[in-house]
Amino acid sequence: MAHLTPTPALEPGQDKTMILNMGPQHPSTHGVLRVILEIDGENIVRIMPDIGYLHTGIEKTCEAKFYQQVVPLTDRIDYLCPLTNNLCYVLAVEKLLGLEIPPKAQWMRVLMNELTRINSHLVWLGTHAMDIGAMTVFLYCFREREDVLRLFEMISGQRMMTSYFRVGGVALEPPIGFFDKVRAFANRFPSRVDEYENLLTGNPIWVMRTKGVATITAEDAIALGASGPTLRGSGVDIDLRRDMPYTGYENFKFKVPTAKEGDVFARYMCRVAELRESIKIVGQALDGMPEGPIKANAPKVVLPDREKMKTEMEALIYHFKIVTEGFAVPEGEVYQAIESPRGEMGYYVVSDGTAKPYRVHMRSACMANMQLLPKMCEGRLLADVVAAIGSIDIVLGEIDR
Amino acid sequence: MALAPAVTDLEQLKDHPAVAPLLAWNKSAVQGVKYDRDEMTIYVGREFIRDACARLRDNPGCPFNYLSDITCVDWYPQEPRFEVIYHLFSIPKRERVRLKVKLGSESPVLESVFSVWPSCNFAEREVFDLFGIRFNGHPYLRRLLMPETWEGHPLRKDYPVEGYR
Repeated sequence: MAHLTPTPALEPGQDKTMILNMGPQHPSTHGVLRVILEIDGENIVRIMPDIGYLHTGIEKTCEAKFYQQVVPLTDRIDYLCPLTNNLCYVLAVEKLLGLEIPPKAQWMRVLMNELTRINSHLVWLGTHAMDIGAMTVFLYCFREREDVLRLFEMISGQRMMTSYFRVGGVALEPPIGFFDKVRAFANRFPSRVDEYENLLTGNPIWVMRTKGVATITAEDAIALGASGPTLRGSGVDIDLRRDMPYTGYENFKFKVPTAKEGDVFARYMCRVAELRESIKIVGQALDGMPEGPIKANAPKVVLPDREKMKTEMEALIYHFKIVTEGFAVPEGEVYQAIESPRGEMGYYVVSDGTAKPYRVHMRSACMANMQLLPKMCEGRLLADVVAAIGSIDIVLGEIDR
Repeated sequence: MALAPAVTDLEQLKDHPAVAPLLAWNKSAVQGVKYDRDEMTIYVGREFIRDACARLRDNPGCPFNYLSDITCVDWYPQEPRFEVIYHLFSIPKRERVRLKVKLGSESPVLESVFSVWPSCNFAEREVFDLFGIRFNGHPYLRRLLMPETWEGHPLRKDYPVEGYR
């Protein structure tokens, strides 16, 4: 279990190796990750990730909030895919309540969720390429990311902490012209992905830095808890959107890209292919967007329309009740897992029958993926650590919560 | 908003792909079952948890080869106070199951499943850090998220939200 041993202490006389701290403040650790390395020259003998620098106690905070007040907290867990977190949490609460969601709300959720995946993968691609030395890609990726953030701002008023999904539906009707903007983005995006691939896929420097680097087998990846593109890059064909559909994903047709090599390049190829699949799903969601309400018909749970509150006494009472007392959720427990851009994100919500969750636990895909790092890096060169960290696509906010 | 009532009768659920192999192995290991909201929960005796996990992982019909998550719920002031929860997933069969172990506050100690799934490393350290539950056999059981010098276990219900002042 060499990859689990504590910070190695140097024995007197055995001064061949040295201990090096990478982080917590290091540009390629994507946040505040500290990696303790034992190195022999340029070669890595042992490596241990040390996390917890961004721990904010969100799980404890959730226990003191009403169910609907937890939604904005979930944004802040993974600030690159806030809507995926929103979705996982509201699905868990809806499962506890036994709530049916109208089709339009489900399709809106799929649409926004895939845009979030694109947003997250673009930040990953830009920073990962920059870590390895390809500066230009970062600027290209952020150009498209800006488009996605403008769409988020248009629909929810916020660029990052959107909180757009609510228990029982989505927060607002999409504004006029929103779908046209998404359509325009969906039309131009595939050619932009070609641009990224032109810069990287055939680039000999990129290939040399990524092919055969930080290889992991499918057995090791499963045993160490990997999920998402990190697992699919090792040849395991699993995607929760297709295999255990939620929020209407069974109505969409898309491929699940896999690669069998298990190295940094394979994971890169999987994620780039996912960008193309996501934009296809966005197109299908636009084509088949049903008409109808965007919120479930559950007046005790879902806030009433603003207009109704001005004319109907009952709506005003429900609004007052939900805001001041929350809504009670029947006793029980639910584990809802969805496919986040990084892998299997799971929310475990326990209710004791009151208006506040008794326990909310987030299963973080990054945290499990991080456990692959020693297996990937030991015996390799120091420069490969940066490539390996980039390839598992970590967000420290989600790991530390 | 109609929710079907939970099924807790072992007879009705004994053919479930996770329950059947455990019953075939050791009837006393299964202390109870619950099927609620399309999710299966099996209550396992604390001394059986590692072997039960190994059985389910190597179960030929439906191998639960992936450990999604380990977490804990504190039911203070009830006794037994803690519930340690294992979420297992079968990648070949796309099946989920939840294992639960109840622990009293006098000795919150449990056997680690590290020998079954090395992926429990961070999850068990997190439960130890935030709930103070010890996992025997874990190779490196130290605080994960809180600082090494921290006092108390923040996710316990008797720990105030603002922390000790």
